[in-house]
Amino acid sequence: MLAIFQYPFIQNAFLAGSLVAITTGILGYFLVTRGLTFAGHALSNIGFAGAAGAVLLGVLPVVGLLVSTVGAAVAISVLGREIRERDVAIGVIMTFTLGLGILFLSLYHGYAEQAYSILFGTIVGISRSDVWVTAGLSAGLMAVLALVGRPLLFSSFDPELAEARGLPVRLLGSLFLVLVAVTVSIAMQVIGVLLVFALLVGPPATAIRLVHRPAGAIGLSIILGLTYTWLGILLAANSTWPVSFYITTLAFGIYLPVRYLAKYRIDKQVQRERSFHLQVAAGSLDAEVVTNDRPSQDSGVPIKGKRHA
Amino acid sequence: MLDLFQHDFVRNAFLAGGVVAIVSGLVGYFVVLRGQAFASEALSHVGFTGATAAALLGINSLEGMLFFTLLAALGMGLLGKRLRNRDVEVGMILTFMLGLGVLFLSIITQNATTAVNILFGSILSVTHTDVLVTIGAGLATIILLACLFRPLLFASFDPDIAEARGVPSQGLSVLFLLLLAISVSEAMKVVGVLLVFALLVVPAAAAEHLAHRPFSAILLSVSISLVSCWGGLVLAFVGHWPASFYIVSLTSIFYFVSLGLRAILFPRRYKEPSHPSREVFPEAPNPG
Repeated sequence: MLAIFQYPFIQNAFLAGSLVAITTGILGYFLVTRGLTFAGHALSNIGFAGAAGAVLLGVLPVVGLLVSTVGAAVAISVLGREIRERDVAIGVIMTFTLGLGILFLSLYHGYAEQAYSILFGTIVGISRSDVWVTAGLSAGLMAVLALVGRPLLFSSFDPELAEARGLPVRLLGSLFLVLVAVTVSIAMQVIGVLLVFALLVGPPATAIRLVHRPAGAIGLSIILGLTYTWLGILLAANSTWPVSFYITTLAFGIYLPVRYLAKYRIDKQVQRERSFHLQVAAGSLDAEVVTNDRPSQDSGVPIKGKRHA
Repeated sequence: MLDLFQHDFVRNAFLAGGVVAIVSGLVGYFVVLRGQAFASEALSHVGFTGATAAALLGINSLEGMLFFTLLAALGMGLLGKRLRNRDVEVGMILTFMLGLGVLFLSIITQNATTAVNILFGSILSVTHTDVLVTIGAGLATIILLACLFRPLLFASFDPDIAEARGVPSQGLSVLFLLLLAISVSEAMKVVGVLLVFALLVVPAAAAEHLAHRPFSAILLSVSISLVSCWGGLVLAFVGHWPASFYIVSLTSIFYFVSLGLRAILFPRRYKEPSHPSREVFPEAPNPG
């Protein structure tokens, strides 16, 4: 079982997979709370065109991925300003780039095999230099997130209040999509463009159902992401089934019971927690005071002993 | 050019493509109206699982896709009448199905060509039986939609009032998703799993920019998808790039042209954009 760690490609897979799980865990939390799951899915599909174009031009796939997804992120934030239009605008950009991707691949020999490995990932084909690229990009992402994390969180939960407080909400939204684009590009080598989405949405969607405080939810989401990835690679290394199947199945298998079991808890709590966090974040209320004698809003059940330092 | 039509596969492609274009133009109007673009995207990925499962069992891929998408449509319908706010659930179903499809693929063979055909369509390999099934399913969809037309339109425009008036929104929602599942399965044969969106949503979205009455919007949407589909096929036979690429490019061009036209024709319809995250928790109280 553990003997597989002697192989360098398994080590690389674990290293790259862990980095991907951490970044997707954090970014995914924002993605889910901002209601941008479809954008996440679209950006990962758009990456396909970039990777295919890179293969055609003979450059590194990561370069093509970064160019196409970041470009699409900017286009989405420009086109999809109206709420009702957003999904459609995202979808149009997505299908158009997918069409381009299929064109690029048809121009390239070894068409089907190349498409297959871009779409479904080749975790065994990760080299040490890929790991370094992944590490570098992840570090960059973390640095940016450390800078914009708090305003981003604020504007995700209450855009109106954030705008009233002078935060550049629109700019933050665009910047966030660009961050998602970079994350997708990193994650693509490990699980392929079609399944990046599994790591981007699965862990945070589960974590949000269980923990309501942002920091806790992000932490749990990272832990879940790491668990899925490690287990997925371990299981795949010891069987003939693909990594992406294990990762998606684990994500779904954990999410489903959590969603239904945590349902009753969250419906009652989410509203209270949300308005509470907003007020604290806005600085209009003192956290210590509120925890002790905050009026409960709908069910008459007081919230016990929560301390927000 | 016209002697191309002597070939069976060319006739089959045009027939199947035409039926699919009409049905998806029709159904697509409601998809856009109901904000279920993501749901249709997810259904198409469920179709991927269906097609791979069919290949595994050695049955017709259309049957496999129909079975899986109808099942998933039922499941999604039970998620609630406001599928619009169920992005996360829909997304989770989508990835799980995709993962399952990958598993089926890896069990069948390591044959990547099968996967690419499913994902990007294989209109030129449509058989005579496929055409008959497509026409049958297409007719059934159109008839059902015609019967449901008025209540569905009402429930799509204003679900709350429709429900207050006694329109069974939840039942309609499930029925519509089943229709959507059929249309998606058919469209997959033509443009493939990844590009279903191009026929199902893009023409309707373009039409909605330019026509504001339901009938004219539907008519425009059907025309756009029909022109794109047949135009794409003609281009594919003349040029040598894949048909799905041409079809997708044509519908996308229609969409962007419609965006431009709308800005010129109806400049005052533009509304101040609101932030995406409002959609997630619409019932949230305003603090402070």
